[in-house]
Amino acid sequence: MTMTTTAEPNTGSPIANSLTAGRLPASAPWTILGVAIAVAAAVFGVVAIGSGEGFNWGGAILVGALLYIPSIWLFSTLVEGERRAMDRLVTALVTGAFVLAMIPLISLTITVVTFGLSRFDPEFFTFSMRNVTGEGGGALHAIIGTLLMTGTAAIISIPIGIMTSIYLVEYGRGRLAQGITFLVDVMTGIPSIVAGLFAYAVFAIFLGPGVRLGIAGAVALAVLMIPVVVRSSEEMLRLVPNELREAAFALGVPKWLTIVKVVLPTSIAGITTGIMLSIARVIGETAPLLIAAGFTASMNYNLLEGRMQSLPVFVYTQYANQGNPASAYIDRAWAAALTLILIVMALNLIARLVARFFAPKFGR
Amino acid sequence: MSTATAAIKAKQRPGDRVFSGSAVFAGSMILVTLAAVAIFLIVQSLPALFATNEDASILPTNFWAYVGPLVFGTVWAAALALLMAVPVSIGIALFISHYAPRRLASMLGYIVDLLAAVPSVVFGLWGIGVLAPAVQPVYTWLVDNLGWFPLFAGPVSGTGRTILTAAIVLAVMVLPIMTAISREVFLQTPVLHEEAALALGATRWEMIRTAVLPFGRSGIISAAVLGLGRALGETMAVAMVLSATGAVTLELLTSVNPSTIAANIALSFPEAYGMNVNVLIATGLILFIVTFAVNAFARWIVSRRKEFSGAN
Repeated sequence: MTMTTTAEPNTGSPIANSLTAGRLPASAPWTILGVAIAVAAAVFGVVAIGSGEGFNWGGAILVGALLYIPSIWLFSTLVEGERRAMDRLVTALVTGAFVLAMIPLISLTITVVTFGLSRFDPEFFTFSMRNVTGEGGGALHAIIGTLLMTGTAAIISIPIGIMTSIYLVEYGRGRLAQGITFLVDVMTGIPSIVAGLFAYAVFAIFLGPGVRLGIAGAVALAVLMIPVVVRSSEEMLRLVPNELREAAFALGVPKWLTIVKVVLPTSIAGITTGIMLSIARVIGETAPLLIAAGFTASMNYNLLEGRMQSLPVFVYTQYANQGNPASAYIDRAWAAALTLILIVMALNLIARLVARFFAPKFGR
Repeated sequence: MSTATAAIKAKQRPGDRVFSGSAVFAGSMILVTLAAVAIFLIVQSLPALFATNEDASILPTNFWAYVGPLVFGTVWAAALALLMAVPVSIGIALFISHYAPRRLASMLGYIVDLLAAVPSVVFGLWGIGVLAPAVQPVYTWLVDNLGWFPLFAGPVSGTGRTILTAAIVLAVMVLPIMTAISREVFLQTPVLHEEAALALGATRWEMIRTAVLPFGRSGIISAAVLGLGRALGETMAVAMVLSATGAVTLELLTSVNPSTIAANIALSFPEAYGMNVNVLIATGLILFIVTFAVNAFARWIVSRRKEFSGAN
């Protein structure tokens, strides 16, 4: 449609540049996207009529979006030149990446909410699974277990994590700091199930084989949580401008007060985000708790004695050990999944609010 | 300690001593923990390394024949997942940091963070219930039309619960962590660098290529490492989605799939007894060593690119 403008601006000038080349109108990308999806829909429509099956909306939109990417590049190359075409191509790809990532999130949200709501009732939050074989029952024991074990893990790992990151950024020089940085990276790569095996091995050596304890689950979660807290806090502390520290030192402020009053408040928003991500990571961990804390159908408030159920393990055991009727077990699994996601979302929201409340006001 | 070269020593207050002391203590706790992980795993694994199937019933012949296919499956699934996740995560991070409208950006970041908050069991349920049935027709099409390509050789799996489905789930699961880190680093790019590039007439992509990506390179690498670490050790989603047979094969779409170490432990551990427990812990030790090697390698790559200047 705008192809006729291609040659005109360049005729007088031997050098093509962005100032002399044409521009696609602002509406062009949307027009091309619409045409691409329409073409894909037409093709899918013909196929649907030919094969007698229903019209595949998802496929049509997906193919249309894929068709858009080379089309925008082609039109832009013809009209605007290679550099702007590249820019438009990357814009399309980057936007496409984001949309692509939204597909599983939306699909997952819809699935969890629709399947989860059928058992999302008061009974689910006030009963355990003790002596329940078919329908009914609830996840109170799992919720209590999750809160106890995750809370204990957080109490262990947040102080250690933040102090370690302070050591690495503010004090660490030489071999020890290098070694710790290296090993924190290694610890970040510890698979969750290995942390579970470690916690099991520790308690099995002292208390005999086959031991399953809530505190072992908490230790496993702490092993997973510490390096995440250290890495994120370290990254944030390093972003604090040195000028701020130097200004505090120049005023005669002791080093530890500089850290507590200047460095930490400046980076507290980022550190909170990091801790939030680390809790979000461990609260949904299934494998280490399955190994170290086991699973049970009964309430257990004592971290130091007996097996302890947790929400993610509850989801897994309900799914894996289906009884009769199977739908009762599947429904409980989805309801627990919904509960777990809601707990995590509430945590996220609180952390966001705290982060916004304490964040220093920067230019961006 | 930093005042060793200075002529004037800073006055050491009690607060300073306590604070730096506890910082050093916390740092050493990392060393102690990691050493404890290694020692306890080794102690529990040693009997299994030389066991035969007379000692432990889950071994086919000896330990190494048991763990070999599992190592292959673990590395293969993680590599497939990373292949999909790295470009997409960089794209999302750039979209949020440089393309999305400024007002929407923080909300979009929050939405991607929500994906990180989804527990792995839920991904497992979703993978079985939604993803596998959805991709199964695509797999059928691939086998019918591209079956000559070795990776897509048939016969196609009827359930869609193949290694490729597991890798897609893994990729979705590692995306948010990788995106969050890349995004944070991209946002920290000095505004002056970006504005200088734009002032020289660069398009937005050229500005990103010359100012943002070089600045964020170490962030991208550390993001990829974290993603790989998660993908190698991710347990429940793989254990639930993948219908594994323990074969060593590169074919992506058949019902004959390699298992992974982590998934195998999760599926076998609750019922394990006696020497079988030690065998499973020993496979966990192998997983630990593999991830250790991967992280050390990545660390080496990062240190090789030291010319990149950090934020300070």
